[in-house]
Amino acid sequence: MRSPLPVARIRRALAGRPRRLVAAVVVVVLVAAALVWAARPDRTGFRTESALVTVRSGPAGDQPVDLDTTLYLPDDASARHRVPAVLLAHGFGGTKESVRSDAEDLAARGYAVLTWTARGFGRSGGEIHLDSPDYEVRDAERLLDRLAARPDIRLDAAGDPRVGVVGGSYGGGLALLLAAQDRRVDAIVPMITWNDLSRAFLPESTGKGPTEGVFKKGWAGIFFGGGGNAGSGPAGLSGTAAAQPEGAPASAGAPSPQPGAGPGTGPGRAPAGAADPSCGRFAADVCAAYLRIATTGRADGPAVDLLRRSSPAGVLDRITAPTLLVQGEADTLFPLTEADANARGIAAAGTPVRVAWFTGGHDGGAGPTSDSDRVKFLTAQWLDHYVKGDGAAPGDSFTFSRIAGFDALDRGLVATGFRTADYPGVTGQVRREVTLAGPAQAVANPPNGNPAAISSVPFAGALGSLLDGVAGDIPGQHARFESEPLADPVDVVGAPTVRIRAASATGEAVLFVKLYDVDPQGGATLPDGLVAPVRLTGLPRTVEEARPVPVTLPAIVRRVEAGHRLRVVVATSDQAYATPAEPAVHTVALGDGPLVLPTVDATPIPTTATVWRWVLAGLLAAIAVGLVVVVLVARRRHRRQDSSIHPAYAGVPLAVRNLRKEYADGFVAVSDVDFEVRPGQVVGLLGPNGAGKTTTLRVLMGLTQPTAGEIYVFGHRLVPGSPVLSRIGALVEGPGFLPHLSGLENLRAYWRATGRPWADAHFDEALEIAGLGDSVHRRTKNYSHGMRQRLAIAQAMLGLPELLVLDEPTDGLDPPQIAEMRRVLQRYATDGRAVLVSSHLLAEVEQTCTHAVVVNKGRIVASGPVEEIVGESPSVLFDVSDPDAARGVLDRLAGVRVLPDGDGGLVVDTNGTARSEVVAELVRAGIGVDRVVPRRRLEDAFLALVGENSRGSGDR
Amino acid sequence: MAQSSSVGPVGAAVGYRPSATLPFRAEFRRQASRRRTQLALGFMVLLPLIILIAFQFDSGGDDDNGRGEFASLVDLATSGGLNFTLFSIFVSSSFLLVVVVALFCGDTVASEASWGSLRYLLAVPVPRARLLTVKLVVALVYSALALVLLAGTALLAGTLRYGWSPLRSQVAAELAPGEGLVRLLAVLGYLAVILLVVAGLAFLLSVTTDAALGAVGGAVLLWILSSILDQITALGGLRAFLPTHYSSAWLGLLSTPVQTDDVVRGAISAIAYATLFWGLAFWRFTRKDVTS
Repeated sequence: MRSPLPVARIRRALAGRPRRLVAAVVVVVLVAAALVWAARPDRTGFRTESALVTVRSGPAGDQPVDLDTTLYLPDDASARHRVPAVLLAHGFGGTKESVRSDAEDLAARGYAVLTWTARGFGRSGGEIHLDSPDYEVRDAERLLDRLAARPDIRLDAAGDPRVGVVGGSYGGGLALLLAAQDRRVDAIVPMITWNDLSRAFLPESTGKGPTEGVFKKGWAGIFFGGGGNAGSGPAGLSGTAAAQPEGAPASAGAPSPQPGAGPGTGPGRAPAGAADPSCGRFAADVCAAYLRIATTGRADGPAVDLLRRSSPAGVLDRITAPTLLVQGEADTLFPLTEADANARGIAAAGTPVRVAWFTGGHDGGAGPTSDSDRVKFLTAQWLDHYVKGDGAAPGDSFTFSRIAGFDALDRGLVATGFRTADYPGVTGQVRREVTLAGPAQAVANPPNGNPAAISSVPFAGALGSLLDGVAGDIPGQHARFESEPLADPVDVVGAPTVRIRAASATGEAVLFVKLYDVDPQGGATLPDGLVAPVRLTGLPRTVEEARPVPVTLPAIVRRVEAGHRLRVVVATSDQAYATPAEPAVHTVALGDGPLVLPTVDATPIPTTATVWRWVLAGLLAAIAVGLVVVVLVARRRHRRQDSSIHPAYAGVPLAVRNLRKEYADGFVAVSDVDFEVRPGQVVGLLGPNGAGKTTTLRVLMGLTQPTAGEIYVFGHRLVPGSPVLSRIGALVEGPGFLPHLSGLENLRAYWRATGRPWADAHFDEALEIAGLGDSVHRRTKNYSHGMRQRLAIAQAMLGLPELLVLDEPTDGLDPPQIAEMRRVLQRYATDGRAVLVSSHLLAEVEQTCTHAVVVNKGRIVASGPVEEIVGESPSVLFDVSDPDAARGVLDRLAGVRVLPDGDGGLVVDTNGTARSEVVAELVRAGIGVDRVVPRRRLEDAFLALVGENSRGSGDR
Repeated sequence: MAQSSSVGPVGAAVGYRPSATLPFRAEFRRQASRRRTQLALGFMVLLPLIILIAFQFDSGGDDDNGRGEFASLVDLATSGGLNFTLFSIFVSSSFLLVVVVALFCGDTVASEASWGSLRYLLAVPVPRARLLTVKLVVALVYSALALVLLAGTALLAGTLRYGWSPLRSQVAAELAPGEGLVRLLAVLGYLAVILLVVAGLAFLLSVTTDAALGAVGGAVLLWILSSILDQITALGGLRAFLPTHYSSAWLGLLSTPVQTDDVVRGAISAIAYATLFWGLAFWRFTRKDVTS
């Protein structure tokens, strides 16, 4: 259709409905924004190059091995813009895929990130040598060579790339060992890793060496299983690791300390010739050492030597690359003391070292978000300064965090970060002593270590060890020593120490010393499931003869609340460790000293929460300021409002001037209404339904804004809310009452809302007018239409307003009440008061009003005093026997005109000729005259309108 | 008929001051006389008593109250007056209180419009901004009253029945009764702030419609919609912008030390939304043609 009509219609619709248009646009924009957000392309900013590369390593550097590598290269890296590199190593049992998200984050920060699957895992070839300097470390050196050969990597010198090494656990160990072996490394960030692998797996907490250590069989088994034939690890373990909420590699973001994906998750490819089923992909010497240790529970010298070869402990003095050590508090595999040993060793050589503890670890995963964010920040800061050369020196302040409770929304743990200037080690800055008490107790060593206490379950996560509280000590197998409730809280940061005495008929004992936090209800919590295994030898038979032995408990970060007790438990068995198989009974007692708790004076690290607090304060301030501004602007506008009195209408209760109201849809309800109500007048606003009466009254009551024109009430310009409205009493569009209140209560509630003095209301007079009798105490919802109408009129008259505006006041009233109402209104319009009544009933206006304004289709068609309009008009209705003949007679009369109206009768304009004369003339012509009815002007005017068209004008 | 009074300043009737119209007391009484107000407040008193009686039927041996850290609220409900109060708040915060606040704030203008009494208030004339302010403040006072009644009754009944014991939760260590009461008050305060969103939404709907049910129901429906969307983790960071996202952050107030991060963020979210909704309500109402 090419007609212009639809276009015009659309244009009109658009012009007429700007609000809808705005709403539609807003909705469209929102939907579009949502779609764009949902479909936005993933961040790239870098490209990847995967390759299976062959490097030569081994003691002589001549054994080829295939390594599965991926290089993440920032898009802007080129020969002219060389970028610094990061070697990102994965954890034990993982592959290069385990660190993909970390690599992507680093690549987005502008580093070329080289990830590779370590030998013995995934698609890479070779066997596992446990970060041996001859194998894994040499592999990494060859990777550095490859980086140096690239045209887009920044170089410090020919063949010396600018590179940092980052890795967690197995990867962290590699970072340390590589930095010790290869001076080209510019900075390292080893996370949750070891200092001495033999001590990590064979710890002994009285200071004895690994050959006297207690074998950590739980973790060792998991790692040996993880390095075996891919996919053949202990059932469910890979699942456990993958299901870890905090530990899932993909979820953790930038360099997050990951224990690795657990065994068997890599795309398994059993290397050709992995002949020995008991060793899997482990190198033969590693495998043999493990088998010997696991069989006896004790390490021999060669095994310890092998493990020490894979440990940074002996080579720390060769590390010159600035080192950021990140260690987990929830880590029963590589506890905080491992990082402490690394830190001291590296710092002794004068290399910058920074230490950070977080609440995750091999048991706790990446920890709460605030913790992993802090680790990410520290890592990025470290690399940016020491590798990229951006930013100020990070300093050497020590940060750590403490579990503060549960997150109410994410259902996870919440950690609070702390900071202190100097790294205090695990012995703390200040030591607090707590006295323990308890008698000597006999404890039994169960045969073959079964049943055993459960202190921690590898990979179970911090949540479990924290929630379960009691870690299941077996009755008869443990001794307890408890303190009094603490008078005030103590923040333990570091490794507490305690002295115990033990006696045994066998002369030696393996014991596990643990420190519990016991709340007033008796619930005991073993912080992070950490225990201190000790192997005591040369024990006397009775405890009286025993010498106190100092035991260094695991380093923890924990706040012990006031009112809590501290409990030291000495147990004979622990599921995580290998214990002597022979049953025995030992006696355990406290030593001569107190329990010593190290503390650190640290300040909380401000978090984003502080910012949000300021945002909240700012928001509140902004709202307050905004409110003040709005109020001030409103006041100012109010003051500027025209409060002058229009001199011409000063004494006029109501003057309506050229009023026009056009609704939003373009409908013109009132086009040009112009009338006055003067004191003493009862003015009738007469018109058919939809003439615009109600709209006029709505504007008059300030309910609706006029499009044009003014209304003056006693000379005051009337706008919505004008104070002068208080001098108008109104009934518009029917009564409006609170249905649950009685008539009287309604009137009172209304008057209360005016805020005017009670005495001014004149309730008695109003009630008299309402004439409701006792019904005034009934609820208005039970009222008839007429009763409500009368109550509404009474409400309008409350306070005896100077102008009374009533919309169809007699609607619903019976004839006597209508008559009474007329009298009331006429009486009301005295003493300078005036009444405006709207009606569609001619008779009502005629009988009640002194003046009338006739409106139709939004225009005034007649106005003036009722007598004047009602007064005899020159037209007369004749009922005659023969209208046609009569027409002829009348046409002959001079000046007399037959109007083209009247059904059955003749409407005649006599134009001054006396009616009697006209009648005489008709009679003379032999025409019978039945009736002669003088017509009135108001009726003429009204009927002309109504007759013309009273339909289709719509509701105005 | 008596002579009408003479004329006051700016052409107003004597005794008329715009700032004196619709006094708070008058509006308070208007609302107090309504059955729905009485029923809602009465139910707030009744609910803790009903819960209390329901706990009397505890046959024991059945502790299958669901899993999770917060199921403990149910188990601990009978351990003392404070815990009983906490439980009562916990069960009513997600829906009942939302409905009650939506009722008080959504019904207040819309019902006047549907009765037709709104136009008579405007013709008094009560300035439109004042009308809204008074209505809003009174609705908020009633909402707060409902909250206080619920907590007060629960505290009184719970303490009489279960004693004045420390506040226990598995989220944190036991809190001494005095400290527990402070935490409880903080929880109430935060809930009140969060419910401002409902109050704002219901009030905005109330001035845009003549149907009281539409305003109340609309606000509750949108609240539920927001809660549902909040369950969809795929929305990621967008969820933080949902008005209901922080509605359970008050649980953080029970832990030791108090976690205020989410509480602060929730307060920011709620206050921002409420201000927006109320601003829109005022903007709309002071300009619209009242045709009902």
